[in-house]
Amino acid sequence: MVDLAQSQVPPGHDGGTRRDFLILTAGALAGIGAACATWPFIDSLNPARDTLALSTTEVDLAPVQTGQRLTVAWRGKPIFIDHRPPEEIKAAQEVDVASLRDPEPDAKRVKKPEWLVMIGVCTHLGCIPLGNKPGDDRGQYGGWFCPCHGSVYDTSGRIRQGPAPLNLVIPPYEFTSDTAIKIG
Amino acid sequence: MAVPPASTPASGLSRLVRWIDYRLPVFSLLEHELVVYPTPKNLNYWWNFGSLAGIILVIMIVTGVVLAMHYTPNADLAFDSVERIMRDVNYGWLLRYIHMNGASLFFLIVYIHMFRGLYYGSYKYPRELLWILGVVILLLMVATAFMGYVLPWGQMSYWAATVITNLFSAIPVVGNKIVTLLWGGFTVGNPTLNRFFSLHYLLPFIIVAVVGLHLLALHQHGSNNPLGIDHRGPQDTIPFHPYYTVKDSFGLCVALLVLALFVFYAPNFFTSPDNYIPANPMVTPNHIVPEWYLLPYYAILRSITFDFLGIPSKLLGVLLSLGSLIVLFFVPWLDTSRVRSARFRPVYRWISWILVIDVIALGYVGSQPPAGFVVTLGQVSTFYYYLHFLVLMPLIGKLERPHPLPISIGTAVLEASGQLGAARTAERH
Repeated sequence: MVDLAQSQVPPGHDGGTRRDFLILTAGALAGIGAACATWPFIDSLNPARDTLALSTTEVDLAPVQTGQRLTVAWRGKPIFIDHRPPEEIKAAQEVDVASLRDPEPDAKRVKKPEWLVMIGVCTHLGCIPLGNKPGDDRGQYGGWFCPCHGSVYDTSGRIRQGPAPLNLVIPPYEFTSDTAIKIG
Repeated sequence: MAVPPASTPASGLSRLVRWIDYRLPVFSLLEHELVVYPTPKNLNYWWNFGSLAGIILVIMIVTGVVLAMHYTPNADLAFDSVERIMRDVNYGWLLRYIHMNGASLFFLIVYIHMFRGLYYGSYKYPRELLWILGVVILLLMVATAFMGYVLPWGQMSYWAATVITNLFSAIPVVGNKIVTLLWGGFTVGNPTLNRFFSLHYLLPFIIVAVVGLHLLALHQHGSNNPLGIDHRGPQDTIPFHPYYTVKDSFGLCVALLVLALFVFYAPNFFTSPDNYIPANPMVTPNHIVPEWYLLPYYAILRSITFDFLGIPSKLLGVLLSLGSLIVLFFVPWLDTSRVRSARFRPVYRWISWILVIDVIALGYVGSQPPAGFVVTLGQVSTFYYYLHFLVLMPLIGKLERPHPLPISIGTAVLEASGQLGAARTAERH
């Protein structure tokens, strides 16, 4: 039996005993260890290396007529390519940038004004907006219209109306020649 | 099976039962919780839905386990494997249709069960944890049902998965990282399907475990009852068996008839035809709707079309949609009235029915394309939903004057049947 008198705190002592210290440090270390041990489980859910390796898509733009919109796949996502006619470019450039929800001038969203290249995924909840096929509803700004929750994008792919918070995302791409691009 | 007392002459079977029960008291447990378990004598049919939900859960697990033996969780093969279940596997169509429509029935039953709890104040002292465990079960059910809906890998499966996982992108800073983590890629794809299958198989068993805790909490203080007053002794209760086993069996027969009606005559009533088109990551269907049991949450999500207090509309929609379930955790403390049953609460009685209408309105809004009047109705209904729980519930509990409560369950039951008067007259003579 432990003598209770012996385990009493001596005067001037803050109440922490050697045992408390051991329990605390051991417990804290075990906790950190357990937290670290969960990381491999969580990280295993992140994209695997073969998924990450799906890198680039090359597109030949030569056959795309003015006014034509093309959809290609990159990393499993649709890429909208719009060969914009002059009136679409003009409409996109004339917007008062300060009035936009996600202010961005048209010049920052294109490498060449006649070619608009965007990830065709609505920034609200990930649906594919309409407007890239002939006969689609393009919304009131002549750009794209998301049927899921009613987001409306203009001819620069900028959000103008509806719940989406951001403009359609511009993927990394470069012109490999005058009429070809490499996405990714 | 009842445990035979030691004094009974020992037949072979009863000796075996006694031998086992002495070492592993399963028979005593069943006897205690399912046979003699004292239950209020005045339970009405609203009290059928708890045990009914438990039985449907078992049906879902049994059909699900067998379906999993024929299903292939791979983005290239999943759709065809489901079609094979429908066409080639013996009775595969039956198993799948039971599983599909069983999910709808499960939610219907659980929603009625929850409304019963709200109406009769079953969440009040000392049953707060019982209620909270029930809300946990509902959350697990929503997650399980959503992931199950993704498995056939049709157009609706794919785009439901996309829209719902994208909800997490509303989280500031880390949102997009979390979405990539959920997908295991840059879009919903094969890794997503694999993990959803794994979790869809796991979660029902977690639900079973939480149901076990739910029952443990229930049997600690016993069932609430339509009068909402405590039972005080044997005069207020009857044994669970045979009275409620019989009543529950009758309810089960009715529920199975309803299930059979849909399975055999309208098996795709609750499903969107779009889900019989294989998933296409390049084309979103024109009108995405979730299954009916998730429509109200979806309606709240879409109703927030404006920024508020600096919170962007997208994040606010997600928060309020999730909040519509989270608020239920606090109901035991939001309701300030000490009277449980709405029978004795003249005002609360009405608003609890208005809540039902409100939720049905939200369901309607969720099923319609978001334009014009529907948006307004969605916003009004969302506002009222929160008003009900956050304002009306606490306020009415304070302001309302409840009707007098009966002295006991026993006297109320006898009064209702006119026997108490007779008994009193007899006493006087």
